[in-house]
Amino acid sequence: MSFLSDPITFIGQWLTNLLLGWGLAPGLVGVITRAIGAFVLAMTGLMLVVFTIIYERKLYGRIQDRLGPNRIGPWGLLQTIPDMIKIFTKEYITPEGADKIPYNLAPILSVVGVLMVWAVLPLAKTIFGTDIDVGVLYIVGVGAIGELGIILAGWASNNKYALLGAFRAVAQVVSFEVPMVLALLVPVILGGTMGVNSLVQAQDVWFIVFAPVAALIFFISSQAEVGRAPFDLLEAESEIVSGFQIEYSGLKFGWFFVGEFLHAFTISALTATLFFGGWRGPGAQEYPILGLLYFFVKSMIIYLVVILMRIALPRLRIDQMLNLNWKVLTPLALAAVMLTAVVEKVVLHYAAAFELGSTAATLLRASAHLLANALLLAVFFGLVKQRTARREPPLVGRPRPVAVPPAAPAPPAVESPHSAMP
Amino acid sequence: MGPLQIIFLLAAALVLGAAILVVTTRNLVHAALWLIVALFGVAVLYVLLNASFFAVVQIVIYIGAIAILFIFAVMLTRRIGAKDIGPQNNPNWWLAALLALLMLGGLATIFLSWPAFNTPLPPLSNQVDLIAALGKSLVTTYLLPFELASVLLVAALIGAIFVSWERK
Amino acid sequence: MQTIPLSWYLIFSAALFCIGLFGVLSRKNAVAILMSIELMLNAVNVNLLAFWRYRSPETVAGQAFAIMVFAVAAAEVAVGLALIISVYRRRKTIVADEIDLMKW
Repeated sequence: MSFLSDPITFIGQWLTNLLLGWGLAPGLVGVITRAIGAFVLAMTGLMLVVFTIIYERKLYGRIQDRLGPNRIGPWGLLQTIPDMIKIFTKEYITPEGADKIPYNLAPILSVVGVLMVWAVLPLAKTIFGTDIDVGVLYIVGVGAIGELGIILAGWASNNKYALLGAFRAVAQVVSFEVPMVLALLVPVILGGTMGVNSLVQAQDVWFIVFAPVAALIFFISSQAEVGRAPFDLLEAESEIVSGFQIEYSGLKFGWFFVGEFLHAFTISALTATLFFGGWRGPGAQEYPILGLLYFFVKSMIIYLVVILMRIALPRLRIDQMLNLNWKVLTPLALAAVMLTAVVEKVVLHYAAAFELGSTAATLLRASAHLLANALLLAVFFGLVKQRTARREPPLVGRPRPVAVPPAAPAPPAVESPHSAMP
Repeated sequence: MGPLQIIFLLAAALVLGAAILVVTTRNLVHAALWLIVALFGVAVLYVLLNASFFAVVQIVIYIGAIAILFIFAVMLTRRIGAKDIGPQNNPNWWLAALLALLMLGGLATIFLSWPAFNTPLPPLSNQVDLIAALGKSLVTTYLLPFELASVLLVAALIGAIFVSWERK
Repeated sequence: MQTIPLSWYLIFSAALFCIGLFGVLSRKNAVAILMSIELMLNAVNVNLLAFWRYRSPETVAGQAFAIMVFAVAAAEVAVGLALIISVYRRRKTIVADEIDLMKW
């Protein structure tokens, strides 16, 4: 267990020995090392935001056929630092009549709701905050703290439009939690446990192979949870002037901004952990530092997809969003959960009955799940297509006769006085 | 005083303090916010009781849904222009306080005369996976209450929508 | 390491229940009454789980009961708040004293 291959455990051991050598009680030493670990994890999360903001802005620029920020630092990589200084030095303008404590608490709750997710994400085999046995449900729970921040912001701003924006935002976040939780049940069924560490350990084959539909639903609904485009009606600058964040300035607004970017990266990290194997990769079991590398590479690739979705897709209206949620994602998620449970049971029964070897059993399981998912998608989109096909508008009455001018009467045979020649 | 005892005392003090503020404060939105603090403290107590599933379910359901419903309801039913005027408690609130204290005294008396009142914490066996056991029991032993609870929730869902649906 | 005796949990849940009782009996606003009912339900849940943990941690009866209480509390809050909003629309008030059409 040298420093290079397993750094966090090495540092933890060194710190514990140092503190015990100073004569502190073992319980207190445990508390101090854990507090330092939590602080380092939180700082890592926040420092990651600096990097992801630059990543996103450069990518935005390149796709829009321009360069992106390129003045500060080599290739513009230090652009976030002057941005941070600008936001730190702006004035805090508190609106009159605002409730002080909820007003100041709201941005903190928004960021806290995201940072707390990092406590259960395993970054490598031995680098994780804590290993609770209800990790997946805990992730859903701290999403609830984030939405509390939204509604506090909307109410405490003493502004009707902020309140309306907050109502709409909370409606969106709460609605999209339903398919998210259902889609999170699928890895739990496949892995047999709710703890995130155990789920990563159970992914000898990545869960994306077993449950592509659930991964897609989780990805889309967690995008909507964050408020990321194309679901960014929550804080669309051009439409509702930032919605519930309208009365915030300076670092308080900066906290909301940081919270959103960190949440987007956390969603990518979660998708990587639950569906793409997390820190697993060649050599990651013996050398945990490689696990850290794999985790970040996978998260960055999924974050790339998140950014591309933001750049390329137009914004959805609130009714289109809620239609998508309740009429498409929720039934699909319910069907996926039931289908996964049934297929898993049937496959395990047959694998035991025929006494297949472990590779053959995995192959059977993977193909059964893939087939079931493909069938589900085919049936579902067939239904959707049928129901939203263009139809002839129904006739509401009998067709009226078209007006036609009457046929000109034949010119009468006129006995013209001029016809007879004198 | 072990560390768990200190955590229990802090959490219990937080919950009881927040609960007293919920029932006495004049501003209803503040009452809803203090309710959220109280519910969070109860979640901490569930963790101390090794019921980690319930702690997280408490946060997801109570804080994430029920408390938000309360805040919505308070905001949708404010009287226009009124700044929560008038007393928020009945004129006979002292009678209610007396009744509550009597109830507390009665419960304490019953508990103190129970011989197993001061049971220490029995150890939890490591073999059984609590959540798996709970899940299994909900679909085998306690299947009927589980199904009834789901029927109740569907009825509540439909009923709530129907009752509050404005017919134009 | 000292552990927490059962008595602490029972006294705590009794105190929370009585605070909720005080709230139900003395508050005028209907939403505030519902909030106090939620406090009472939480006290009941703490009591149930404390008894489960201290008296029979190998069974799951206490936990199943607590889940039923969660479900019932959620259903009750939803319907109760829907009713209160509906009453507010008709009578423009939710002070419990003023909703007295059915009194003689």
